[in-house]
Amino acid sequence: MFIINCPYCGERDQQEFKAGGEAHIERPKQPTELSDDEWAEYLFMRKNIKGVQFERWNHAHGCRKWFNMVRDTSNDEIKLVYKMGEKPPLE
Amino acid sequence: MSANLRVKSSEFIDETHRISFKFNGKTYYGFKGDTLASALLANNVHLVGRSFKYHRPRGIMTAGSEEPNAIVQVNDNTNRTEPNVRATEIEIYEGLEASSQNCWPNVNFDIGGINNIISPFLPAGFYYKTFMWPASFWEKYEFFIRHSAGLGKSPTEKDPDIYDHRNIHCDVLVVGAGISGILAAKNAAKNNLKTLLVEEKNELGGATIYQNREFNKIDNQSSSDWIKKEINELKNIGNLEVKTRTSVAAYHGYNYLLARENLTDHLEKKDKNNKVRQRLLKIRAKKVILATGALERPLVFNNNDRPGIILSTAVKKYADFFGVKCGEKNVFFTNNDSAYESALCLHNKGIKVDAIVDIRDNSNSKIVKAVEQAGIKIYWSHTVVDTNGYRRLSNISIMRLSNDGMTVTGKRINISCDCLGVAGGWTPAVHLFTQSGGKLKFDEDNDVFLPNKYLSDQISVGSCNGYFNLKEIINKLSIKLKEFLKIDQTDFDNIAIESEEETPKRNIWLLPSDKAIGKTKPFVDYQNDATAKDIKLALREGFRSIEHVKRYTTTGMGTDQGKLGNMHALGIIADTSGVKMGELGTTTFRPPYTPLTFGTIVGRNVGEYFDVFRRTAMNDCHIENKAEFENVGQWKRGWYYPVNGETMHQAVQRESKAARESAGILDASTLGKIDIQGSDASEFLNRVYTNAWSKLAIGKCRYGLMLNEDGMVYDDGVTTRLGENHYLMTTTTGGAANVLAKLEDYLQTEWPELDVYLTSVTDHYATASVCGPNSKKILKKIFPDLDFSNESFPHMSFKEAKINNIKCRVMRISFTGEHSYEINIQASFGKSLWEKCIETGKEFNITPYGTETMHLLRAEKGFIIVGQDTDGTMTPIDLQMDWIVSKKKYDFIGKRSLYRSDTMREDRKQLVGLLTDNPNIILEEGAQIVSELNQNPIQMLGHVTSSYFSPNLNKSIALAVVRGGKDMMGKKLFIPMEDKTISVTVANPVFFDEENKRLNA
Ligand SMILES: [Zn+2]
Repeated sequence: MFIINCPYCGERDQQEFKAGGEAHIERPKQPTELSDDEWAEYLFMRKNIKGVQFERWNHAHGCRKWFNMVRDTSNDEIKLVYKMGEKPPLE
Repeated sequence: MSANLRVKSSEFIDETHRISFKFNGKTYYGFKGDTLASALLANNVHLVGRSFKYHRPRGIMTAGSEEPNAIVQVNDNTNRTEPNVRATEIEIYEGLEASSQNCWPNVNFDIGGINNIISPFLPAGFYYKTFMWPASFWEKYEFFIRHSAGLGKSPTEKDPDIYDHRNIHCDVLVVGAGISGILAAKNAAKNNLKTLLVEEKNELGGATIYQNREFNKIDNQSSSDWIKKEINELKNIGNLEVKTRTSVAAYHGYNYLLARENLTDHLEKKDKNNKVRQRLLKIRAKKVILATGALERPLVFNNNDRPGIILSTAVKKYADFFGVKCGEKNVFFTNNDSAYESALCLHNKGIKVDAIVDIRDNSNSKIVKAVEQAGIKIYWSHTVVDTNGYRRLSNISIMRLSNDGMTVTGKRINISCDCLGVAGGWTPAVHLFTQSGGKLKFDEDNDVFLPNKYLSDQISVGSCNGYFNLKEIINKLSIKLKEFLKIDQTDFDNIAIESEEETPKRNIWLLPSDKAIGKTKPFVDYQNDATAKDIKLALREGFRSIEHVKRYTTTGMGTDQGKLGNMHALGIIADTSGVKMGELGTTTFRPPYTPLTFGTIVGRNVGEYFDVFRRTAMNDCHIENKAEFENVGQWKRGWYYPVNGETMHQAVQRESKAARESAGILDASTLGKIDIQGSDASEFLNRVYTNAWSKLAIGKCRYGLMLNEDGMVYDDGVTTRLGENHYLMTTTTGGAANVLAKLEDYLQTEWPELDVYLTSVTDHYATASVCGPNSKKILKKIFPDLDFSNESFPHMSFKEAKINNIKCRVMRISFTGEHSYEINIQASFGKSLWEKCIETGKEFNITPYGTETMHLLRAEKGFIIVGQDTDGTMTPIDLQMDWIVSKKKYDFIGKRSLYRSDTMREDRKQLVGLLTDNPNIILEEGAQIVSELNQNPIQMLGHVTSSYFSPNLNKSIALAVVRGGKDMMGKKLFIPMEDKTISVTVANPVFFDEENKRLNA
């Protein structure tokens, strides 16, 4: 049970949050221009990293805001949280 | 049998307070302070159970929560019965009844014991290999296995006890109240840290409290006197909470721990009532100090499981703490110095110790010298090769051990004894540490796994961190505490400690016998009857991973999670396969550390509090109306309203006819309602629905279909344009929360540039839906000032209105195909609105109808229910709803997926209507549909999704999804059922009023 530091509310218990999968996958602006394979890549393919992973989280039972998290999936260490639209850290 | 095996009185036992209890139906007596185990031993009862597989007689092995054998059923045949309780943890009380498990007809004569005789045929994996073949025989095998095996009986009656949950936030949590835990908690609390100390036993002080070694002194006092003084001081510390009988079950990440506090299990029956029995503590600690101690290891040798073979420190605890001798003729068997301490303690109490068998060739520790001086015979370099005695140990055979420890030599020496105390060294209790995600390292010198790397803010202190010597424990604790708690000093920094140096142990994981291994029974996991032989067999058969060996041999898979034997299992695997222990790793220790009751886990969430539910503002009216309810999402919805003892079918038929012939009323409050505002609201709806929204006029309503990005139907509902930049969206009852979350997701993450705000208003409004040919007349009477002409108030439009100055929103929309209105009112007036509609509609026989009739009426019209006729694999095209998918819009959620090769396949399952050839047969929802009956295997084309008897058509109707169904209109298909085959014809899913004439009737 993590303690997550919501960028808007501060530290809260994990049960207030919902995980939303891999972060920084942008919805294509012109889906009709894409081949089936390209669209499938966007639609279905997600990384499942053992180690540092960029994720989306939602403070579902709080401010309802989505934000990004950098988490080490091997030990659940949360390295960073940052708002939607902010650039991911390079490392 | 009135044997009294009490020795000198113990300060921990109140001999003035006699307690009677029953074990296997027989009455015994013990004293206040006894555990069931100590009381049984005092009565000379050693045989307490049978092992799981071979049904071998088993006795008490330990004095703690690691007990593998002495697990009993408590209070059998009562509503408070509990299986798998460790006799070593049960505090006796007047009226306690306990019984053995795993034996039939009784513990002294057990039919399953035959397994012990045929055991050469029951090797590891036997159950996997034998009972799995032939598969059709499984049912027969299962009957016998279930009868002769099993771990106790679960209760069949309602649990009368109350359970509770409590959240605790503290600065420091200390787990374990031995000497390390007490000193840690005291110093944390004294430094203004809010501290919680938890201890699984009912008393503090761990093993130190009854420790009277003359070689161990603190501050020139015996360590037991010194710790008692420390415990006394704890009471005066303000910000320290101490909880005994509290066992930490789980240590999760971020210092979140679950502990079970036992409050009434030790009380007499009459004192248990109306009290919380167990409380689950949900602890969030800033810092955690693990002081969980160490468990003594047994030794693995031939027939090491007989009643009377007990861990050496348990023999000592029974004597020192409980004042009970475990036998008249005591022998110890050891690989280290700790058995000497136990032997000396027994000797000093006047209990005879006949011999010590030590696999080492010598030890010059003070304590060994003291034992020699006491005249106790020591057999150096000897090992036990066999034991005898069926229900109780009667003698052991020992032989000289070779230098390499692999074989035995010389002659057998037989020693008569009824208690053998075994000492195999210590295993740090690192279970909680690893649960927290901590990684272990193997210490080659001491053959122990120790805490190494960890993430959360924690330390392990004392023997769970590998310190076994008193001086070392306290000195290291002082250093560690200062660093961990960031304090300058502890109150035991300069304390004088005397403790003796010990001679190292000689570790041999599997001790040899003069018999071939195949002829021996060296048990590694007592509870699951796994022997060293089984482990070797698993390795021979090719298993390598310890996790696989564990599952194949069932080592460590009992309720004790193999606390005693896991290290030996690893050691034997390492030795046999030539791998180093450190490289082998350990199996995973999973929560809970000791079993939890279901009651503790669920706490107060039982009965009507099992799950939260929501009721509408009109709920009282439905109860008055004797409605039957059904659960939809979290809601309780009126299902049907039986009158005069009607069956469900009769009620639904009557309600359905009334709604089409005159007027019906439905509580539609549960539909999800989302208020959408902002200058980009229209554009937003364009992107989330499949159809176009820009041109919807203010005051008009439109049905919308929402897809997932994969093109599959996600939700549907009517949305009304309330103003230029203001919409009210309705969703399905069950989908409301998910739809809101999904829309927020797109708004915040994909389209942050849109000026749109979403608010859930589901609970803000109550909704009555009035339908039927007389609905307009009723509405006119409720809203006399409103123009209900088709020109002013056409189908799919909305008007603001008032009832007695209370604002309402009236939508003319229909889910039944009838002329129909939905009245939305502030929720607090919901009940009045319903009553007003009923009152006004009386002259038109307005009939309340529930969800079942609603489903029937919409099915007559072929309207889908998302989640019933769809299952997350249906596109709008599959549903034959092409008309709602805009071809003009450049994009909307899911659009691109509708052009994937897979979603465009012609042979996808498509929604069709089905009519049974015999109009009186009602199909079963979920029934499979085929076109050919003589195929093998028969090909399934799809299944029935909705099925009703339509009173308005006087025949059975159904909706179904059928592979390529769109092109099967008029085709005959079959529905094979258990007892008959039903023939059906594919039909248009719109069964009733195909031209929609009734909407304007
Ligand atoms: Zn927040």
